[in-house]
Amino acid sequence: MPKSMSVVREAIAGDEADDAMAERAAAVQVAAGRNVLPIVEGVVLVAALLAPLVLQDYLTVFATRVIILALFALSFDLVWGYAGIMSFGQALFFGSAGYGVALLARDLDITNIFLVLPAGTIIGLTFALLLGGFLLLGRHPSSVIFVSLGTLTGSYAADRLARGWYYLGGQNGIPSIAPMTLGGYEFSEGPAFYYLVLGILVVVYLLCRFLVRSQFGLALAGLRENEQRIAFFGYKAQHLKAIIFTIGGAIAGLAGSLYAFHEGFVWPNMVGVVVSTQVVLYVLFGGSGTLIGAVIGAVIVEGVSFWLSDNYRDIWPIILGVLLLLVILFRPLGLISFVLGERERVGSFGAKPNENKKPGKEKRNAAP
Amino acid sequence: MPLLEAAGIKKIFGKLTALDGAALTVGENEFHGLIGPNGSGKSTLMKCIAGAEVPTQGKVSFVNTDITAFTPTERARAGMSLKFQITSVLPTLTLYDNILLALQAQSSLFDLLFSRTRGALHDQVMTMLTQFRLADRAFDAAAALSHGQQQWLEIAMALAGKPKLLLLDEPTGGMSLEERRVTGELLQPIKKHCSLVIVEHDLDFIRDICDRLTVLDQGKVLASGTVSEIQANKSVQEIYLRRA
Repeated sequence: MPKSMSVVREAIAGDEADDAMAERAAAVQVAAGRNVLPIVEGVVLVAALLAPLVLQDYLTVFATRVIILALFALSFDLVWGYAGIMSFGQALFFGSAGYGVALLARDLDITNIFLVLPAGTIIGLTFALLLGGFLLLGRHPSSVIFVSLGTLTGSYAADRLARGWYYLGGQNGIPSIAPMTLGGYEFSEGPAFYYLVLGILVVVYLLCRFLVRSQFGLALAGLRENEQRIAFFGYKAQHLKAIIFTIGGAIAGLAGSLYAFHEGFVWPNMVGVVVSTQVVLYVLFGGSGTLIGAVIGAVIVEGVSFWLSDNYRDIWPIILGVLLLLVILFRPLGLISFVLGERERVGSFGAKPNENKKPGKEKRNAAP
Repeated sequence: MPLLEAAGIKKIFGKLTALDGAALTVGENEFHGLIGPNGSGKSTLMKCIAGAEVPTQGKVSFVNTDITAFTPTERARAGMSLKFQITSVLPTLTLYDNILLALQAQSSLFDLLFSRTRGALHDQVMTMLTQFRLADRAFDAAAALSHGQQQWLEIAMALAGKPKLLLLDEPTGGMSLEERRVTGELLQPIKKHCSLVIVEHDLDFIRDICDRLTVLDQGKVLASGTVSEIQANKSVQEIYLRRA
């Protein structure tokens, strides 16, 4: 078994443990009122920090890609798992940012990390603002179908546009993008790039965690459960959705620009439906509505396909497909639900009165 | 000037005329019952007032403002609140968070993001939960409540934003006799600061708590007046006898 798999194993902490055991673990956790989530997050972080030390070089490169995709998965998780907006076009923001920074590097020789990453983020944000504004900000709430087809169409159209547009390299995309730089230093594939993206993932993760644990997160929980109900309370539900959609777009843009520089090329698939679907699978597989679930989902799906494609060259997509179906069928809340109880997943947004008065005691918080 | 005035409300769904020129006037601090046989258009009229449905024709005024074209959010912000017929508390959230969610509906984004409101709202949340006899369940998920308790939670949530007008669609549906009695008790104190429109099948309940009644039949107002006037009204007696 490749070493990457051992990371993957650690990450999920009992991925292959049998159902009954996991159920019991979850039950014990609920009974004890303990917080499992910080433990899972800690384990994943430690595994991620140690990975390059134990992995062969080519696997570190692979792991870097996976971390970038995990960042991308976070963006979709915010939008779908927290706000309940079915975006089938998340790759539009990922890929357009990728193309954007590729053009900056190719045509303007701009590769400074402090310019290209903000530029990619802004590109993702802008596209999400435009598309989200159009799809979500009508006077009356838009239907789920309208939004999912709208985002899907956006992504599909961008794919076709990129394929046909000579300036963007047509079918071949933009190859040989110059490396991202910091002063005289060039970020090439390897541990430095890995730790850079890991650092960015951690920062973005913490920001998202803050967001979803705040009272804004409570409003999002209401939005996800019953949009109409919270509108009748006086919440501007469509505004909330547009805001979270835009934040999601910005994070996808950040991930896309990192991806472009890491891979060294961008191609039409990156804005298209294939990558849009991929990110949906990460989040469904890992567990939507928990931030760590999205990260774990990206790691597992990518790790498993990497391993399968090595060992079952011809039929691996079928095996992966069946695995995904099984998880979605039997664990609709994703792999994370093996260790995480429903109560902790949804979380609490108001502290208990006695906990308010005793600062020493651990506060009950929302699950990120 | 009445608090709420709905006039000439027509609502047509395809070939079905649900409301045919219905009207409703509610004064300040008035408990107003909306009754009528099944299919008479009570719920539809409520929805047109609350903004869940847009009337085909007619005008709804609230606090001297024409709100016919307002979205539900705008109506809520103007001081109107609705309890749905089907309970729609948020089942996975705790009772505490359900109330907190309702209380913060008009907070600014900045306040929400930095949770500046949470600490200050604690007493208010607990007061509301205590008022509706739910304080000991504060940190249970709302899904764990009995049907009657969910209805109370929902009324508490609807009242959280301190509305001027509360619209209650069948608040005692599925409740036991005892729960109905308690619901009546729970509603009495809000009269000081809030008017009420209540759709209800339980006529005893309505009679006990309402000041005025409006009777709908086939989308039209059959009669409107004080409880004793309505009880004495011949045509009202007729439709209820016909039904029985």
